[in-house]
Amino acid sequence: MSESESNPIREAIAEAISEHETILFMKGTPEAPACGFSARTVATLQSLQAPFAAVDVLPDARIRQELAAISGWPTIPQLFHRGDLIGGCDIVCEMYESGELADALGIAGNGEHTGGPTEPEPTVAQSNGFTQIENRLS
Amino acid sequence: MPTPEEIKQRIEAAIPGARAEVEDYTGGGDHFRATVVAAAFAGRSRIEQHKLVYDVFGAEIGGPIHALSLKTEAAKAQPDATSGAVNV
Repeated sequence: MSESESNPIREAIAEAISEHETILFMKGTPEAPACGFSARTVATLQSLQAPFAAVDVLPDARIRQELAAISGWPTIPQLFHRGDLIGGCDIVCEMYESGELADALGIAGNGEHTGGPTEPEPTVAQSNGFTQIENRLS
Repeated sequence: MPTPEEIKQRIEAAIPGARAEVEDYTGGGDHFRATVVAAAFAGRSRIEQHKLVYDVFGAEIGGPIHALSLKTEAAKAQPDATSGAVNV
């Protein structure tokens, strides 16, 4: 419909996606997920010890709307890696089970060390990686 | 409120050659799980496959259909396909 030319929420979301190697848009926080699908996705990432930033979409309904507009994906959670949408809970879990997720996220799979680096980004703890879109708006 | 049967029929009607199995996995009429096998998925990524199914329902996803959990598979003849008989 009629969209204003400047869309700070959409810009903040796009910026968050481009700034973080791996970022999860979810309901609730990694510590307190507010939906089973978000919880499963967080648990999957944590079991791979994958560092990720997280955004809670619940504080402002516009975050979810604008995210869907950017990604073309209607549901939450949504996992992005290097700017690309990996998928939601189903795809993330399916890729985890098949072993593709570790590759897609550029981390070493469990127990299989082929000599590559095993700690790609040890600096990002989950809580430190938490991004609040609404705080960027003021 | 949609029934699993309605969702199945809509997916099969909208995606050429699709076969869908749909279950209401909470019994509440708004959380569904669908397995969809379609020739139209061949050569597409999982993301694209799931989008094809989500597109059937548009804004209903997140509305009356609170959740639609998906498993998709291309109905291309795979000699060693073990999960589900796929007749092409």
